[in-house]
Amino acid sequence: MRSLTHLERLEAESIHIFREVVAEAENPVMLYSVGKDSSVMLHLARKAFYPAPPPFPMLHVASGWDFADLLAHRDKTVREYGLRLIIAQNDEAETQGINPFDTGSALYSQAQLTDPLKRALTDHGFDAAFGGGRRDEEKARAKERIFSFRSAAHRWDPKNQRPELWNLYNAKKAKGESIRVFPISNWTELDIWQYIALENIDIVPLYFSKPRPTVERDGMLLVVDDDRFRLEPGEEPVTRPVRFRTLGCYPLTGATVSEATEMNDIIQEMLLATGSERQGRAIDKGQSASMEDKKAEGYF
Amino acid sequence: MNDQSSFQTDALIAEDIDAYLDAHQHKSLLRFITCGSVDDGKSTLIGRLLYDSKMIFEDQLTALQSDSAKHGTQGEEIDFALLVDGLAAEREQGITIDVAYRFFTTEKRKFIVADTPGHEQYTRNMVTGASTADLAVILIDARKGVLQQTRRHSYLVHLLGIRHVVLAVNKMDLVGYDQATFDSIVADYRAFATSIGIEQFTAIPISGFKGDNITALSANTPWYTGPALIAHLESVEVDAAAAQGQPFRMPVQWVNRPNLDFRGFAGQIASGTIRPGDAVRIVPSGKTSTVARIVSFAGDLDEGVAGQSVTLTLADEVDCSRGDLIAAAGDPPQASDQFCATFVWMDEEVMKPGRGYWLKLGTQMVTATVQPPKYEIDVNSLDHLAAKTLGLNGIGVAEFATDRPIAFEPYATSRQLGGFILIDKFTNATVAAGMIEFSLRRAENVHWQPVSITRDDHAGMKNQRPKVLWFTGLSGSGKSTIANEVEKQLFVMNRHTFLLDGDNVRHGLNRDLGFTEADRIENIRRVGEVAKLMADAGLIVLTAFISPFRAERQMVREMLQDGEFIEIFVDTPLSVAEGRDVKGLYKKARSGQLKNFTGIDSPYEPPENPEIRVNTVDMTPEEAARFIIQQILPLK
Repeated sequence: MRSLTHLERLEAESIHIFREVVAEAENPVMLYSVGKDSSVMLHLARKAFYPAPPPFPMLHVASGWDFADLLAHRDKTVREYGLRLIIAQNDEAETQGINPFDTGSALYSQAQLTDPLKRALTDHGFDAAFGGGRRDEEKARAKERIFSFRSAAHRWDPKNQRPELWNLYNAKKAKGESIRVFPISNWTELDIWQYIALENIDIVPLYFSKPRPTVERDGMLLVVDDDRFRLEPGEEPVTRPVRFRTLGCYPLTGATVSEATEMNDIIQEMLLATGSERQGRAIDKGQSASMEDKKAEGYF
Repeated sequence: MNDQSSFQTDALIAEDIDAYLDAHQHKSLLRFITCGSVDDGKSTLIGRLLYDSKMIFEDQLTALQSDSAKHGTQGEEIDFALLVDGLAAEREQGITIDVAYRFFTTEKRKFIVADTPGHEQYTRNMVTGASTADLAVILIDARKGVLQQTRRHSYLVHLLGIRHVVLAVNKMDLVGYDQATFDSIVADYRAFATSIGIEQFTAIPISGFKGDNITALSANTPWYTGPALIAHLESVEVDAAAAQGQPFRMPVQWVNRPNLDFRGFAGQIASGTIRPGDAVRIVPSGKTSTVARIVSFAGDLDEGVAGQSVTLTLADEVDCSRGDLIAAAGDPPQASDQFCATFVWMDEEVMKPGRGYWLKLGTQMVTATVQPPKYEIDVNSLDHLAAKTLGLNGIGVAEFATDRPIAFEPYATSRQLGGFILIDKFTNATVAAGMIEFSLRRAENVHWQPVSITRDDHAGMKNQRPKVLWFTGLSGSGKSTIANEVEKQLFVMNRHTFLLDGDNVRHGLNRDLGFTEADRIENIRRVGEVAKLMADAGLIVLTAFISPFRAERQMVREMLQDGEFIEIFVDTPLSVAEGRDVKGLYKKARSGQLKNFTGIDSPYEPPENPEIRVNTVDMTPEEAARFIIQQILPLK
């Protein structure tokens, strides 16, 4: 007799969830943001269906302001594992005058992330979408089900969630309705990093420290990732050794100064950190119920 | 933070991260729930555990301090409960309204905590949280002692099969850390716990607010000699390990066929262990084979154990698909289509005896009907009450019948193979959770009597194809008139028919039934069964019943062969039907003399996709009848 470790139990639960969805949904898709959580999800999906490839496409919602390294990693991964990739993007952002510098964060995330996501889900007729949400990230997420039901308009009703017992998931739904599924709900940030280290999962180099051109703005350290970055008068990019704990649109994601170039250094920094993972995300600020509001609108 | 605690030590992380990580890779996982009444301090306790285990970061702490000032109930001090009470609506009400999952970790274990609400109307949330828990922490306010809610929560914890119970007597700071108070509460609780079958529990005096006996033993309770809460949580045995000692069972989730040469059966092992070469039996078919390989991404495995998600290949080409169970060949579980179960109703709409619900158990999805409960359990007094149905948060015991045999274990043996959910076929809501007690033997002993003259022979002799023309619509919509006209025209065409309507059924076969929702369902079930027998005899059956619920019409459809059930919606508007009021019933219903009248104080659910739709506004009954017959041709 051997007892499973916590990572083995989490892995087994996630694989079970992936398989339930594939068995019961008609047209599933995986939201692939290319970040560390997505990388773990992809790894779990590959394990769940091995030797078959994951029997669903990847959907990347690209804001147009993604880190160049992230897009390169995405394309490499897709090529290497023979995945089908769908890219959802708001092509009219420029004519609508939407950009991360002038547009307020609420409108920006609605126009560049939530709306393209909803449109892609509707256009392709996906009835189940895997997302990398974790319950330790945020208070509203802590209460969301693993199989989280969405109306035909992609809305979440936190007051009317289906009870979820044992490992029995109810995937029944009416035409037009869909389910967001969170296979790594019960993982914490530490579990994710430990698993990446243990399983040797390839992640975007942005998580590792490297000298990068940066400017300091509104208490955040921003990386000047390409020449579209609009410098304020007097701002001059300074090269600093920085890395990221979480990845979003580059002009909205704060970097941290760090010397961590190895996996164990990253975990060490995380464990000794005094700020939460989402601290570097401009999009989460505002009133403290804002994640719940965004989720009700259809945000992942 | 107290130096006796086993929470993570910053020194080790800073000095030797490799050693730290190595130690943390081998941690186990314990899931537990906290339950208590509204003000027992559950959220405060969990907030305290998160805080002490450094799961709260500075930015969250800043938000917490500003929230504490705005919504808090602890004056100047930090209100830990605000960390846990996630959703905006409940933050304003000051109560937790749903199940929330929280995480923290110590040197020895990772913990997942289900925070479940304490007030009366949310039994379903507690049952949900308890279903995955290895251990329950039952909180008691030291000033109040054992309350009715304590009894209810303890009963539910026991019902859901949780083997480890901690009685946390909280707010000890408010009773001056008095030993006599603690001892008397523990004695009260022991008397109750024993009476419901909880054989063991661990009682700990704590203060979630002040931190006494949480991470370390407190100097305020020198008389207490047991473990601190965390030390206890770190030491209890996890259920998953215990399941390995049982016979092998794995529900098949998905058949993996990437190419013609590979056929793997994917699933999560519910109990036991498996090795290549082991003999297995597929349940319910009974076919046997042996395990060829345990396939994994990292290479074939020598062994799979309970809790793992694996992919098996078998030595023989046996029929096996999602919903089947792969079991140890010499010790398979039972399969039956009738069993007795305790169940918790979780939906606003009451349980309908006789209605078909989806039943999901493991990976099996079948149609199940529930008998009227043998009794309902009053969770406060634990008395058995007579009941015809169950409403939201009701708990009862009833017999269940499924449309085909399923493989299961009693819940007491296996949570995975004894727990099930019921799903409403129309709203798709999860409406109940059940725990199988035992199989009903009669299911094993009733066998179909094979007959020599088949239904095809009966139909062939009458030179027709049997059908059931099911007329549905409001009272006074013209169902009986049109059905009668259809039968007359079919008779002229030399067809063998029979018309079932309220008059010839309500006066005989169904004279014991009234007009409550449950009786209406039973009425339709019996009519459906009679129509089925008549169709077996080769007849074209016409039925004229209001049959207001989609679920029952669907149930009858499923009893019959494909294409035999023709749903005919007599789509006369309520205003027209009420205007006619041939029998004067609408008038009585409007004046309150007649209860449960369809269209007035009882709903009518119109068909979504009827085979035929007619009305008596644009058509005469004769025209409607001709239209219907054209639609059902040919009749041979």
